[in-house]
Amino acid sequence: MSLRIGIDVGGTNTDAAVLDGDVVVAATKATTTEDVTTGILDALTDVLPAIDVAEVEAVFIGTTHFINAIAQAKGLATVAAVRIATPPQSLLPMIDWPEHLLPVIGDNFHVVRGGSQFDGRLLNDLDEEGLREVAGRIRAAGIRHVALSAVFSSVNAAPEIRAAEILEEELPEATVTRSALVGRVGLLERENATILNAALRDLADQVINGLERVVGSVGISAPILLSQNDGTVMTLERARLFPIFTIASGPTNSMRGAALLAGITDGVVIDVGGTTSDIGMLQHGFPRESTIAMSLAGVRSNFRIPDVLSLALGGGTIISDDGAKVGPESVGYRIGTEALVFGGGTTTFTDIGVAGGADPIGDPARVAGLDPALVERGLGVIRDMLVTAVDKAKLSSGEVPVIAVGGGAALLKAVGGIDGIVIPPHAGVANAVGASYAEAGGEVDSVYALEGKTRAGVLEEAKELAVARAVEAGADPERVRIIEAEEVPLTHLPGGTAVHARVKAVGPFRALKTAEGK
Amino acid sequence: MRLIDEAALDDITLGSTIFGAGGGGDPYIGKLLARDAIRRFGPVPLVDVEEVPDDARVVFIAGMGAPGVLAEKLPRAAEYDRVLRELEAHTGEKYDYVCPAEAGGLNAVTPFATAAVVGVPVIDADGMGRAFPHLEMVTPTLYGGKATPLVMVDEHGNNMLLTCEDNAWVERIARAAVVTSGANTTLALYPMSGAEAKAWLVRGVLSAAAEVGRAIREARAEHRSAVQAVLDSQNGILLFEGKVEHVERRNEGGWTIGRAELAGLGADKGNEMVVHFQNENLMAERNGRIIATSPDLIMAMELDSGEPIPAEEIRYGFRVAVIGLPCDPHWRTPEGLELAGPRRFGYDVDFTPVEEFVR
Repeated sequence: MSLRIGIDVGGTNTDAAVLDGDVVVAATKATTTEDVTTGILDALTDVLPAIDVAEVEAVFIGTTHFINAIAQAKGLATVAAVRIATPPQSLLPMIDWPEHLLPVIGDNFHVVRGGSQFDGRLLNDLDEEGLREVAGRIRAAGIRHVALSAVFSSVNAAPEIRAAEILEEELPEATVTRSALVGRVGLLERENATILNAALRDLADQVINGLERVVGSVGISAPILLSQNDGTVMTLERARLFPIFTIASGPTNSMRGAALLAGITDGVVIDVGGTTSDIGMLQHGFPRESTIAMSLAGVRSNFRIPDVLSLALGGGTIISDDGAKVGPESVGYRIGTEALVFGGGTTTFTDIGVAGGADPIGDPARVAGLDPALVERGLGVIRDMLVTAVDKAKLSSGEVPVIAVGGGAALLKAVGGIDGIVIPPHAGVANAVGASYAEAGGEVDSVYALEGKTRAGVLEEAKELAVARAVEAGADPERVRIIEAEEVPLTHLPGGTAVHARVKAVGPFRALKTAEGK
Repeated sequence: MRLIDEAALDDITLGSTIFGAGGGGDPYIGKLLARDAIRRFGPVPLVDVEEVPDDARVVFIAGMGAPGVLAEKLPRAAEYDRVLRELEAHTGEKYDYVCPAEAGGLNAVTPFATAAVVGVPVIDADGMGRAFPHLEMVTPTLYGGKATPLVMVDEHGNNMLLTCEDNAWVERIARAAVVTSGANTTLALYPMSGAEAKAWLVRGVLSAAAEVGRAIREARAEHRSAVQAVLDSQNGILLFEGKVEHVERRNEGGWTIGRAELAGLGADKGNEMVVHFQNENLMAERNGRIIATSPDLIMAMELDSGEPIPAEEIRYGFRVAVIGLPCDPHWRTPEGLELAGPRRFGYDVDFTPVEEFVR
């Protein structure tokens, strides 16, 4: 037997689930604590009595440490940003950042001549002497973390790699985060993520030491893996270098968990929380990603997160006296005292759900007297909201399965009217299940010039690179597979000039070869 | 005359996405460039074309490249300054005003970078009143206005002076040079007199964009319909409300070409619409009948958020309002329809003024 523990730290709850293969053998919800690790310890303490810790093969953790640090500008190190481009630049690093994060850089940004063109030609020769001078200034300022971004480094990495070598030579004490390893095409967004990553490096060491301590303290010696934004995981060793990849794993973990619990890889997922419901689309067991740039606490990035539609509808959503108005207000975390079923005085979605036939929550007798017309009308409004949202999330007009997860999933039984809906067991801890379900991944997101190459040839090249990256991240080379591959010609350029290729490869972790990865 | 500061620039940028009529490129990078210039040099005067003396010299400023490249090889204020100096050096003329060629999308705001740095006003007018994919598709072409002498500059210090036989040649040669240079160039083109600007250009288009932007912003803040706010602000026509059922899209020669099929919602239940696009939305067909075509503006806006949906991004499941805005009267002449009407884009139909549509 080999067990995997998934832990998902959310804003309110820290959920844990223990899986034996695909079977959930223990699960719990603990309260998230400010230091995060105490909440993790509480959750682990809850589930461990049910299992033998010696059989734990890996612990998967999705954590909010790093996004909290960015949102509150706490624990961030000072960073020097170096952009390799054509000086002088007009759109400077951090041009569109929220005020509270500006001290991360202060005046420590530098532009050095260099970079590439969209077709891989050099933009300028790298000004090595200028870069060494900049390194001297960074040293003099006492800064220990450098964020390095070269124009089109995702197309031709050589200038950025050479610049990193020079910086490492000149600044042996400093860390250098190289943009091509962090982000995609789109200089400002990639540079933003690179700067934030550099600013999180010290904190990453602290957090990861803390996670190792807390997991070790309960007697688990198995490796710890951290959930990434895209639903794959990475080793702690890698997470120390790239903490930025862990910041938005929550929605992805829920959707991946839904896929595992329901045994469905393609469909719509409704994640019903306390205040909102997130509706997204699963493709090949992974969430469909948004095409819109993701904001990291107000900083634009080009990370893609699951394309979810958030509805102001959760277990705590307030229903008007006649049932005609649902939300957007919610009693939120006070549901345990304010909802009717818990002895409160506010009618919520939970109350009309229980009254309408969902499994009992709290004291069902307290909603037995609710006006049936109110219940029917409220559930009707909710049904319309969900049917519309599911329809929006779908890719085409055909029928697709719908999976409901999250703390409020059971309420959907009372709502009805959604064709093909599945509410799997353990739906409430789908996020923790999803965390434990993660694989290692690699991706390519780059522009390729077509000179002397075919579009099919370019796509093959990108696929090979994505597979190599997945293997480097820990995927089993024999079981790595491509889950997404597309190439789109660049617009406004004559056909056949260049394409934008996006490929993603995933595979089960090598270290977990004995466990049956899905 | 009014001064365009950062807040006014935000409104113009938002409004320009509507005038993009499904194309024109994401104006975010353009806005950052103009905003940076305004921060450094102060607000830019925006003048009505009537305020421009007949003998003044006027020129269009535009970026030409691939939006996918501009996001990486970022535009610089230096080129937006130099492009005008170079044209002045070659022609021996001083330019008193700049003006956008295209008020839809990215190029609605790029002239503000030149204006702020050089210290000249922007004229509240453009050569399209919307977005079009080709450099010769501007109103001056209708009156014999010439794109050249044209100067194209890039960040490598290359300057190209072009004089051409006709404006269609300019498009072909400039597009090739754009690729060679690395797909991010800055142009000064269509030099003209104040008198010509008055006769040729689409008037008031930037203040209209600002009005649209303000209408959307206020409607959102007050939780009103942004779609209705745009219609009210521009005498627009609601052509259809529906859900996107199917999208066909392909890339041909660098252009995004295809169609979106919609099934009606609300008052339009039971009806169908097809929106045909080639970078921009060019034709709308309701229950098989053509009700709107280029050069009138056809735009899809998301019903809930009022977010304009570009043709590149429309996909199954979007619930949208398709709206039509009448184009400038310059385009409704026989010459205008020949240059930018449906047949110019390969649709064998007659132009139908969008305001003739009755639901």
